[in-house]
Amino acid sequence: MKLNRHNYKSKILGAAVGFGLVLALQPAFAQSEDYPSKPVNYIIVFNAGGASDIAARMQQKYFEEENGMPAVVQYMPGGGGAQGWSRLNNMEPDGYTIMGTNLPHNVLQPMAGDVGYETEDITTVNFFQYTPNIIAVAADSEFETLQQLIDHAKENPGAVTFSGSGSRSGDEVMKARFDQISGVTTTYIPFSGTSPASAALLGHQVTASVTYTTEAVNQSDNIRVLAVAAEERLSSLPDAPTFKELGFDLVGGAYRGVGVPKDTPEELRQAVSDAISRISANAKFRSEMSEAGFVPIDIPYSKVEAFIVDQKEIYQSVEEPLGLTSN
Amino acid sequence: MEILGYLLNALTPSNLMLALCGVVLGTIIGALPGLSATMAVAVLVPFTFTMDPASGLVMLGAIYTSSLYGGAFAAILVNTPGTPSAIATTFDGFPMARRGDGALAITIATIASVVGGVVGVTLLLLLAPPLAKIALQFGPAEYFWLAILGLTIVSALSAGNQLKGLTAALLGLALSLVGVATVGGDVRLTFGNSNLVSGVNIIAGLIGIYCIPVLLDLVMSRDPHLQPATERGGFRLCEAGSTIIRDKVNLIRSSILGTLIGILPGAGGSIASLVTYAEARRASSDSKSFGKGNPSGIIATESANNATVGGGFVPTLVLGIPGTPPDAIILGALMVQGIKVGPTLFVEQAPITYTFIFGLLIATLFMLPVGLIIGRFAFRAISSIPKAALVPAIAFLTVAGSYAIQNSISDTVIMFVLGCFAWVMKSFSYPISPIALGLVLGSIAEQGFVQSYLIGQAQGDVLGRFFHGPISLALVALILLGLLYPTFKKLINRRGNTSRQGNDI
Repeated sequence: MKLNRHNYKSKILGAAVGFGLVLALQPAFAQSEDYPSKPVNYIIVFNAGGASDIAARMQQKYFEEENGMPAVVQYMPGGGGAQGWSRLNNMEPDGYTIMGTNLPHNVLQPMAGDVGYETEDITTVNFFQYTPNIIAVAADSEFETLQQLIDHAKENPGAVTFSGSGSRSGDEVMKARFDQISGVTTTYIPFSGTSPASAALLGHQVTASVTYTTEAVNQSDNIRVLAVAAEERLSSLPDAPTFKELGFDLVGGAYRGVGVPKDTPEELRQAVSDAISRISANAKFRSEMSEAGFVPIDIPYSKVEAFIVDQKEIYQSVEEPLGLTSN
Repeated sequence: MEILGYLLNALTPSNLMLALCGVVLGTIIGALPGLSATMAVAVLVPFTFTMDPASGLVMLGAIYTSSLYGGAFAAILVNTPGTPSAIATTFDGFPMARRGDGALAITIATIASVVGGVVGVTLLLLLAPPLAKIALQFGPAEYFWLAILGLTIVSALSAGNQLKGLTAALLGLALSLVGVATVGGDVRLTFGNSNLVSGVNIIAGLIGIYCIPVLLDLVMSRDPHLQPATERGGFRLCEAGSTIIRDKVNLIRSSILGTLIGILPGAGGSIASLVTYAEARRASSDSKSFGKGNPSGIIATESANNATVGGGFVPTLVLGIPGTPPDAIILGALMVQGIKVGPTLFVEQAPITYTFIFGLLIATLFMLPVGLIIGRFAFRAISSIPKAALVPAIAFLTVAGSYAIQNSISDTVIMFVLGCFAWVMKSFSYPISPIALGLVLGSIAEQGFVQSYLIGQAQGDVLGRFFHGPISLALVALILLGLLYPTFKKLINRRGNTSRQGNDI
């Protein structure tokens, strides 16, 4: 991977020596203007079939239609995504290698310990969707409303168990925020992914589950959604109330974006962001995303930084319950 | 008989061609160590987006089931599991190949895989919704005990020196701890090396542990890798058939057990074949010859791992909870196609669902001719090829295979280091399969344990959580039986002998 960078550098150096500095800079501008002029490698740091992959596949469907060139989805799974993210900056900063990024993963993983990258190493140029967290119970659960669950948790501190995907993950953040905001103490049980967490819910191994709207769409009749952490009700889950409706100011979930290696020039970062925004503006793409339980958003490059700062504040508010302060 | 109409759907020439291509491709991919079923399915997924959903699924299913089967080739001929679910096939497959019975071993593996696959798919076709309910009964405690049950095979694998076997198993368990913990999120045993953050990749570890010692032994000894085929050439189909018919109880038990374990999301082919192997060995009247080239071992593992395919689709299709990693990918492909899985799938999407299941059945049957032809060729090639060509070829595959898992050179380094280590251990006569078992089963056991512990703590009854249901208790009983059976048998034999001696006098 390091070699690639050196190759790139020596290519640039050769070009500069051969054609002069002006000519060498020229391609960078031309590159961003007619971007993309060849297929774009879109790296997903999770396994195929996961929510990140499904969202990327939906983008891929419209990538060529909107941008004239196809995107090629590749996978680099491992370490909950850390493996791929720790390599992002060793890749070609030419705009043709882009990588799916994720909040809160990119903030929480480096906080937990040395995972090979720091939050600042990830240059996200566009957030295109978020998947709101939900609190759900099995369809035959005794809890019909969120308030019933809260009352039960207040009477039995610690006894209510939530299954969720992973430790120090978006799910655990949401569970900790829920505890804080509703004044209860519950127990979080981490599973190796969203599916095993749902299996534990359906099998009545746990009281409830912190999961995502996509899983609620997927499981439809098997589970009852008590609350959705979105601004407003989702068209895919019309009967599920939002936390806000129920009086809790709780909005959040997994925010998925597209990142580039840190040496990518500003113009090119903007060009990549524009390419993603064009797909996000496609009505068919938006409706397909909504149907699957995602919420399409469009946070372009100019607004990414402020957005990350806001999100970080939220994560820092639950550092203590997640055991992150000791690190 | 609407369902038979779907069978005809699956039988269109283009679907048959796709299934056949899938089987040929899958068998070869499975046979190459490092290229796993998961990878094969993941690579193929984008191509199916342009296909008609049912046809795409038929091809994905064909690749998936045949690559699990293909894993047996490398296991039998090179002593390296081509896929993790073929670990236990090496136990008896390679000893058979060594003594010149490679063709027989492959034919037996082929028939067993086909039967196991057919049993799994048939149960999927007929009993999916009730079986999915069983899957949900399996909680963290049950997974913990299942993984422990799998680990009890260590005692069988280390006959003669239990201490060395246990040491190797503990080493494997330690390897499974490396990296970010799924449960808890702590970074463990990485020694500050960020390459170890994602842990020891199971496939890279298996390639190292099994392949490198084989390679080094090949270079250091004068013996040929495999005894050339005995004069009884060909597929030895009749011989294989009669062996299997004699062992039909084992075959059926292993197929059903494989299906049942396949239904459990989070278990999968490797644990299925290991547990089935242990059960086959325990039930056999000739358990001593297991591990020395007993065909019953191959029958058990190969029928079980292909049975997990049908089983794994039960929770995938009925609950939307993938049973195995390749199922997760296929589930994702379904969602991209706009097909909603769940209990209604069998009604609302009946044409696609049933075409897919029948396609899987047809693909499983295709494995018989395809496997026999490829297998015969592979055995001939590997047993007749000079060592000077075989060694570099396998060496290339170990490097390429371990790199290809996640395009990561650090996996190759881990593979190589573990391999050299395994060779050293082997030369001090430590058994190496327990390392693999620890690596594969460690994380399942750990997650199950911690989750049960946390849930138990929340409920104020930790111990009760581990022994709370009939399934847990049954698994604990099987574990105790497996551990104590040899001692019991000895006691009974001794008593039998003394009483007989008494009679003699």
